[in-house]
Amino acid sequence: MAIKTENAKSAKTPTRAAHAAPRRRAKPNPLTGLAHAALALWGIITVGPLLWTFLSSFKTNTEIFGNSWSMPQEWRAESWGRAWETAQVGKYLLNTVIVVSAGTFLTMLFGSMAAYVLARYTFPGSRLVYVIFVSGLAFPVFLALVPLFFVVRNLGLLNTHTGLVLVYVAYSMPFTVLFMTAFFRNLPTSVGEAAMIDGASHTRTFFQIMLPMARPGVISITIFNVLGQWNQYLLPLVLLADNKEKWVITQGIADISVIAGYEADWPSLFAALSMAIIPMIIVYVAFQRQIQSGLTSGAVK
Amino acid sequence: MTRRLREYGFITGFLAVPVILYVGFVISPYIQAFYISLTDWRGVSEIPSFAGFGNYVRLLDDEVFWQAVRNHGLLLIALPLLVLSIALFFSFLLNLGGGSKGGQMQGVWGSKFYRVVFFFPQVLAVAIVGVLFQSAYRPDEGGIINGALIALGFEPVGWLTEPSIAFWSIIGVMVWQAVGFYVVLFSAGMAAIPKDVFEAAALDGAGRFRLFFNITLPLLWDTLQVGWIYLSIAAFDGFALVQVLSIDRGGPDNSTAVLPLEIWKTAFNYSEFGYASAMGVALFFMTITFAVLALRVSRREKIEF
Repeated sequence: MAIKTENAKSAKTPTRAAHAAPRRRAKPNPLTGLAHAALALWGIITVGPLLWTFLSSFKTNTEIFGNSWSMPQEWRAESWGRAWETAQVGKYLLNTVIVVSAGTFLTMLFGSMAAYVLARYTFPGSRLVYVIFVSGLAFPVFLALVPLFFVVRNLGLLNTHTGLVLVYVAYSMPFTVLFMTAFFRNLPTSVGEAAMIDGASHTRTFFQIMLPMARPGVISITIFNVLGQWNQYLLPLVLLADNKEKWVITQGIADISVIAGYEADWPSLFAALSMAIIPMIIVYVAFQRQIQSGLTSGAVK
Repeated sequence: MTRRLREYGFITGFLAVPVILYVGFVISPYIQAFYISLTDWRGVSEIPSFAGFGNYVRLLDDEVFWQAVRNHGLLLIALPLLVLSIALFFSFLLNLGGGSKGGQMQGVWGSKFYRVVFFFPQVLAVAIVGVLFQSAYRPDEGGIINGALIALGFEPVGWLTEPSIAFWSIIGVMVWQAVGFYVVLFSAGMAAIPKDVFEAAALDGAGRFRLFFNITLPLLWDTLQVGWIYLSIAAFDGFALVQVLSIDRGGPDNSTAVLPLEIWKTAFNYSEFGYASAMGVALFFMTITFAVLALRVSRREKIEF
């Protein structure tokens, strides 16, 4: 369709193009100005609150309750020390890194193993296993919340990182299996078959041939899982409730915001927020291409 | 024969751990939830006593439950409408708003920069964004919005304390966080539309408005649908943001109540596990009903290009 219209148009184009070009240069479209204003405004709306948080961490309580649009009088960094040590932001960040790395690694390992078998082998019940895995996408996690709490408690895994990691892995399965299965299905079969003929075992073929071939998919889904597990608030809240030493950053920050009310240490709250925000912005800017495509690949399949 | 056996051994070995984890932590809790919802279990007794549909009858008279349902209804309409229109507008400007130069449609100046910046909120955890906006929405001049209002001579607004405004303030944060993701999503969709379609239309004298409504929108239909479904799923959540940001967790006067938060409170603050599970089942049926309706409505002729 497109090609046809193109051809039909090209006959009359030269004159029109010749007219259009100089007119544009002579009178800049006022819409372009509006477009820039709108984009700049949204840019400010996005960055403004983040920048304001960062600046507020250098203010005193009095300054924070004063005019919010003023700059800090002097650059005091003590609040950063208090947030890191007293409010334990350092510990929360470390816990989060531990939980998210273990969670994502095991998710990708088990998710790709299951997806590979489901994509490349036929066996009785394979279709059913696939459907059960993917059907998890249709259920809201809140439905499972109460029984899940008791399952984890009965296993003695309440208030442990192990319990939280295993639950993360289990709940990341539907999405991971869905996309990795699609990915493994689209890989050429010949390389794997050649390896098998050369005497490689099934397991070795998977780890040394197929998994490396699926790298683009693995990277996208890994990013997706890292951000998803980093974002988690509900599951740690329910599964780590009674052990503050094990808390992750989302829980920690929410708690610090409550404590800031009692202790009137608002600069620390802003410092803690900055510590949670800045690493993510840095990581994002460094890997923005991969992150953007990793997150949206789920949607445009 | 041994080859076949070895293959089955391999399949079992690879599937065992993922299936056990998934069945143990996901499938079995989902099934148990339906059963627990029919009991009045409070977590003390070993065996919960059967209560029939008592919990569901109680739900029908629960004011907070219905307030939460109304809020999800509002989210279901407002969230996609706001996010998708804002994101469409910006992604059009960023990808095609610059008109055509050298036979190529392009975005306005600085589009790459904006695309990176708009995405910032998306990489932040929702709970952290909630804490941030708690301060930004402060009712005095220490709040970022009220500070500006007071400086301009207006009265400060109780963004989170005014029952009629509070939920809209929360929707505002959701929109703030979501727009960047959909700008990137739509940009990817627009990049997939052949450039010559735009060239042809532009040469034919179509202005930017016609380009947008007659070309971009119809060709982007599939991506729009995906976005709409994503945001509708999000409309049934709202837990982290309301839990952290709202006054009294769902207040003032339950005006910001959402079901996930009510489930969590009922279960882990009041230990009414049976009742909380009934709410979970209600939430599940709402999501499923919506999903079925969405699949029916969204089926439309696909434009091939």
